[in-house]
Amino acid sequence: MKVLKDLYYTEDHEWLKVEGDEAYIGLADYAQDQLGDIVYVELPEIDDEYEKEEAFSAVESVKAAADVYMPVDGKIVEVNEELLDDPGLLNQDPYENWIVKIEIADKSQLDDLMTSEEYEKFLDEEV
Amino acid sequence: MVAKKTPLYDEHVKLGGNIVDYAGWFLPVQYEGLIPEHEAVRNAAGLFDVSHMGEIVVKGEDALAYLQYLTTNDIASIETDQIIYTMMCYPDGGVVDDFLVYKYADDEYLLVVNAANTDKDFKWMIDNKKDFNIIIENISDQIGEVAIQGPKSEKILQKLTDTDLSKIKPFHFDRKVNISGVECMVSRTGYTGEDGFEIYTSKDDIVKIWNAILEAGKDEGIKPAGLGCRDTLRFEATMPLYGNEISKDITPLEGGLKFAVKLDKEEDFIGKEALKKQWEEGLTRKVVGFEMIERGIPREGYEVYKDGKKIGHVTTGYMSPTLKKSIGNALIDINEAEIGKEIDIMIRKKPVKAKIVSRKFLK
Repeated sequence: MKVLKDLYYTEDHEWLKVEGDEAYIGLADYAQDQLGDIVYVELPEIDDEYEKEEAFSAVESVKAAADVYMPVDGKIVEVNEELLDDPGLLNQDPYENWIVKIEIADKSQLDDLMTSEEYEKFLDEEV
Repeated sequence: MVAKKTPLYDEHVKLGGNIVDYAGWFLPVQYEGLIPEHEAVRNAAGLFDVSHMGEIVVKGEDALAYLQYLTTNDIASIETDQIIYTMMCYPDGGVVDDFLVYKYADDEYLLVVNAANTDKDFKWMIDNKKDFNIIIENISDQIGEVAIQGPKSEKILQKLTDTDLSKIKPFHFDRKVNISGVECMVSRTGYTGEDGFEIYTSKDDIVKIWNAILEAGKDEGIKPAGLGCRDTLRFEATMPLYGNEISKDITPLEGGLKFAVKLDKEEDFIGKEALKKQWEEGLTRKVVGFEMIERGIPREGYEVYKDGKKIGHVTTGYMSPTLKKSIGNALIDINEAEIGKEIDIMIRKKPVKAKIVSRKFLK
């Protein structure tokens, strides 16, 4: 499984890429591989606010539906509408194709997330 | 209970199958992917391991009389080497199982039943044997079974046998077909809505058949196909799945299977009285097809609402790989079941608009 450096990761296999006070959120390679061909993505509304670990999106393959959870508290500032027409982008390149961009509410919560090194170890040991 | 392995387990692993525990059996959900496998069956051919299916033999001078009493369809209507789809019901009209009956002779029949129901069915059959002069034998453990499905099935399988397969008509079978040197029973049946064959042989020989078919079908684009697409294919083709469209709580009439329930059959059968009453009084609910109007994928178990009132639930739902549309079946209140009516499917606690359409999605 591909793990990109310099991203934060959750145990639910979301990734988070910080840019100043904002961050992009997407699905890690492992998650898209587990789901298989993704055929549907549900996106939140801009300005919606979510707490950490709250479901803000759903991705579905033919067989299964999975919620996508917020890695930290935050407000949606952008959604990747390309995914509505072409959900398979999440399979093709899960790191290039982010799901939402958020404004991070509390940057200290980043400390609770895994680094890429920790996430690699997590994949080896737990999964 | 630990899941069982079919004789083809090692082949699934070799082919990179994504193995899960299904109905007590280790079987692949998919190999390459659900969508390419689904498309292979619709456009070329796919090969399924269905060795988990149960096989129960009924023989003896009362075999026909017993099956007429046990099941809903008219077993007397088929000839030797012919097959009929039927169900057995509880006295209240709920379904014990749905299955195919193969007529070997006037006094011998084979029932091919759902894997998860095999033990329950066998017990039900024994419990209802009464004074019929018959022997009931569960031979499931001795049999291996594969299904080749898709428009190129005959062309591929014909390469491996001297028997003229075009002579085996739909819902018929030949008990002695030599495939790659192995004696098999071959029926023109399946669970995908496509042409195809189901091939039965001893569990020791099924690996040879599996590999021979995959090899023979290479140029035609055959793919090994998993349980994932087995469900999307049967659902698109309006075929029921036990536990979803019919169950102990959903009668065949509610499930839209009246064609297999012969209420005017001369003989009494278990459930006849209850089903007759249900039909005469009129159904209060039934399984309908629907198509999403707004974005969303319906899933089994999701609730169905109309004007804020719950009217039923989704029995099967998918983003259809063939139609590229979100479609489903739902068991709903008969008053809302008219084609064209709008309903709401509750997806992640939100009502999402859909409209009722014919269950014959493929037309």
